[in-house]
Amino acid sequence: MTAETITFVVGAIIILAGALGVVGSKNPVHSALFLVQTLMGVALLFVVQEAHFLAAVQIVVYAGAIVILFLFVIMLLGVDKAEEWQIKEPIAGQRPIAVIVGAALLGLGIVTTIIASDGLTGQVRGLGDKALTSEYTDVERIGRVLFSDYALSFEITAGLLTIAVIAAVVLTRSVRGEDLLEDLEPASMAIPAAAPFGGNDSDHGDAHDAPAESSSDESGEDES
Amino acid sequence: MIGAIEVSTEWYLVLSAVLFSIGAVGLLIRRNPLVMFMCVELMLNAVNVTFVAMGTELNDVGGQIAVFFVLVVAAVEVVVGLALVVAINRRRLGASADDISVLRG
Repeated sequence: MTAETITFVVGAIIILAGALGVVGSKNPVHSALFLVQTLMGVALLFVVQEAHFLAAVQIVVYAGAIVILFLFVIMLLGVDKAEEWQIKEPIAGQRPIAVIVGAALLGLGIVTTIIASDGLTGQVRGLGDKALTSEYTDVERIGRVLFSDYALSFEITAGLLTIAVIAAVVLTRSVRGEDLLEDLEPASMAIPAAAPFGGNDSDHGDAHDAPAESSSDESGEDES
Repeated sequence: MIGAIEVSTEWYLVLSAVLFSIGAVGLLIRRNPLVMFMCVELMLNAVNVTFVAMGTELNDVGGQIAVFFVLVVAAVEVVVGLALVVAINRRRLGASADDISVLRG
């Protein structure tokens, strides 16, 4: 076996084990850590395919920023209790149907690959600066194409990021009392209400399972 | 003798299909919004693997450019999604996707 084959197999095992861990973990923190494993495996495959810049960006942006953001939110909200497997399914038979849909997607992907593999002749199609065999290094090549052919897309990306920052600020601004959604009962009223987050009445909520409505009222008064 | 096995583009495409399917199943069966976002990340990464593999196959840097933009969109999606989760958790109880099934208020 060549070195590339061995690396691919190792990377594939890392990726798939991590993906199964993300889906199967009861604790969201464990899911986030398995997600890091999958992202590292994908970065490994990027290195195998000589996309070194993307491998570095994958680790810096995904593992360094996005997963940390996930962990921040998990820790901030305290939603890391074991969750939902015992909750009854809102739609009867949803999980078996989901597995069937996933198997169908998998079959579709593999069949498409088999059909399309006739067109994968390996002939060179990249031209000029876009060719991966041009004389530039990896970063130079991406930079040249990104800031010439894809310059407009790049600018739109900047706008998108700005919109996302503004949206995050607007969505998470401090809540006034009248904004609380008091009239909305959670669909799962049968589930004992958890302690409200971010209020100093948490011991009250823990002592006896208070109804969701009164708890949200109290937390709203505390925040306003 | 397995000395002659070479990794072809199809291997990457099949791996990507498997990863995408796992992400899709996870998105459908999990109820925690945070884990659902992680499953979306899995699906995006599957697409990234496909982009890079096809870019290598076609000797074109466009695949890597596409991955670059997918990364940006993934970051934006996570920022807005987690902001929504934080906002919902502040206003009311219940971090399950079943509790957020009504779009009013």
